[in-house]
Amino acid sequence: MEKKIRLLKAIEQDARANITDLATVIKESAEATQSILDELESQQIICGYHTVINWDKTSEDPVSAFIEVSATPERERGYDRVAKQIYSYSEVGSLYLISGDAEFLVLIEGKTMREVADFVSKKLAPIKGVTATKTQFVLKKYKVDGMVLEESGKSQKREILTP
Amino acid sequence: MNYRFSDTLKNLPGSVLSRLISLADSLEDVVSLGVGEPDFDTPWPIRAESIYHLENGDTFYSPTRGFLELRQQIANYLNRRFGLSYDPETEVMCTVGGSQGIDLVFRCLINPGDEVLIPQPGYMAYEPCAVLSGAKVVPVLLKEENGFKLKAEELKKAITDKSKILVLNFPGNPTGGVMTKEDYLPLVDLIIKHDLLVVSDEIYGELSYNVPHYSIALIPEIRDRVILLSGFSKTFSMTGWRLGYLCAAKELIDNFAMVSGNMIICTPTITQYGGIVAMRDCDKEIPRMKASFLKRRDLILSGLEQIGLPCCKPEGAFYVFPNIKQFGLSSADFCAQLIQRERLVLCPGSAFGAAGEGYVRCSYSYSKPEIQEALKRLGRFVSWLRENK
Repeated sequence: MEKKIRLLKAIEQDARANITDLATVIKESAEATQSILDELESQQIICGYHTVINWDKTSEDPVSAFIEVSATPERERGYDRVAKQIYSYSEVGSLYLISGDAEFLVLIEGKTMREVADFVSKKLAPIKGVTATKTQFVLKKYKVDGMVLEESGKSQKREILTP
Repeated sequence: MNYRFSDTLKNLPGSVLSRLISLADSLEDVVSLGVGEPDFDTPWPIRAESIYHLENGDTFYSPTRGFLELRQQIANYLNRRFGLSYDPETEVMCTVGGSQGIDLVFRCLINPGDEVLIPQPGYMAYEPCAVLSGAKVVPVLLKEENGFKLKAEELKKAITDKSKILVLNFPGNPTGGVMTKEDYLPLVDLIIKHDLLVVSDEIYGELSYNVPHYSIALIPEIRDRVILLSGFSKTFSMTGWRLGYLCAAKELIDNFAMVSGNMIICTPTITQYGGIVAMRDCDKEIPRMKASFLKRRDLILSGLEQIGLPCCKPEGAFYVFPNIKQFGLSSADFCAQLIQRERLVLCPGSAFGAAGEGYVRCSYSYSKPEIQEALKRLGRFVSWLRENK
């Protein structure tokens, strides 16, 4: 398991790491590393490979929002049915059941604020069991999935040749 | 104006680097694999601690040996990571980077004419520091075919009745060579028989890839002959902070501290606060950096192989030291032409002593795209050399 954890940490840092690099990390052959990866995928421990993109630097300008959703639990099913109703929408990027005042935290991305607002009012709020929503728009992303998107005020330059 | 410089300066080896730096400075779009420092930011908790103390106005002189808390943390770290045992009160002191440690040791131990045994190719500051203290430098050859390890037969050849200090640097700059316990054991009798002191520069100790780092100070018979020299620069990416340390027998440290107090009063107080956090809380940063270096080592090694430059596989530090003897050029000329033709900066092997001639040092403390671009330029240059031989 220790090797699997090391492999998972390495691939979490760099989803594009090639098999030879990963094999070096866990000190296994490339073939053995590939078969561990296949196993982790089939067990849905590895659920997908994604890229961290700083959309602010592109011509696209998507709008992100965190939405706190209050909901009523259901007999025998707890929050699972409501959760499924929420995460089944393709606009929902992430969904978490949380402690605190609200029950869920939804991360959604839309093209415009209007689109996000429409999603909340027309799709999310009407779900049976949802009692309230509170939308917080993201103004700027500093760090996503462990990656700093842009260092501010960094001016340091290394020397060209040192001992 | 005749400034009447010290005669000793005339004996210093000239710097081959300054010429290359001016060459590169005059060009645009220069790529460098020339820097001997990690490319990570200093871990945030270390910076935050020093910022806190800076804001708090903790900017006064501190004890010459360094804060006791820092020395305790250094002793704990060395014990935890390498199994070494030093008394923080009497056997540990801080220095301004590892560099001051080198200077200090030679100043305190050398009498005119004493010989210092310096393995070569080796870090370029040992020789000038030894010469400035009045020593005669005697090179000890590290051979490529031995994986740039120090062999007893080479040491034996260099020892005379004036030999006083043996310098060691494993994992080493510029070769990346490492020494295991088994590699050190054949040296022990020679060290004792010739009454040598050992300065073991273990600044790259955390960057040993395939075997755990072994300190020569762990060998009980010579423990009190070994002056362990290390620092924070390479382990915690703190090169600009200038914080290092010496560990040795009490009598040695007492004298080093006495001289250091007159030289520098103390190591910068603000950096020491960060150093405490580095030693106490930042072990978890080390494997992350090490894994990243290892990946880049393999990238550059495979690139060099494709180009056709033979290179001993380095087991430590963050340098590769490929052999360029096939081109019949001095390493300084190779590097100068490389800058002019391809705007790529490498460090000539001759900067690391005569035994480094015929090699160039490439640091892989650069991003993957930078290494790939450098390999592309180096490959083009090597093809051009072959076509125009």
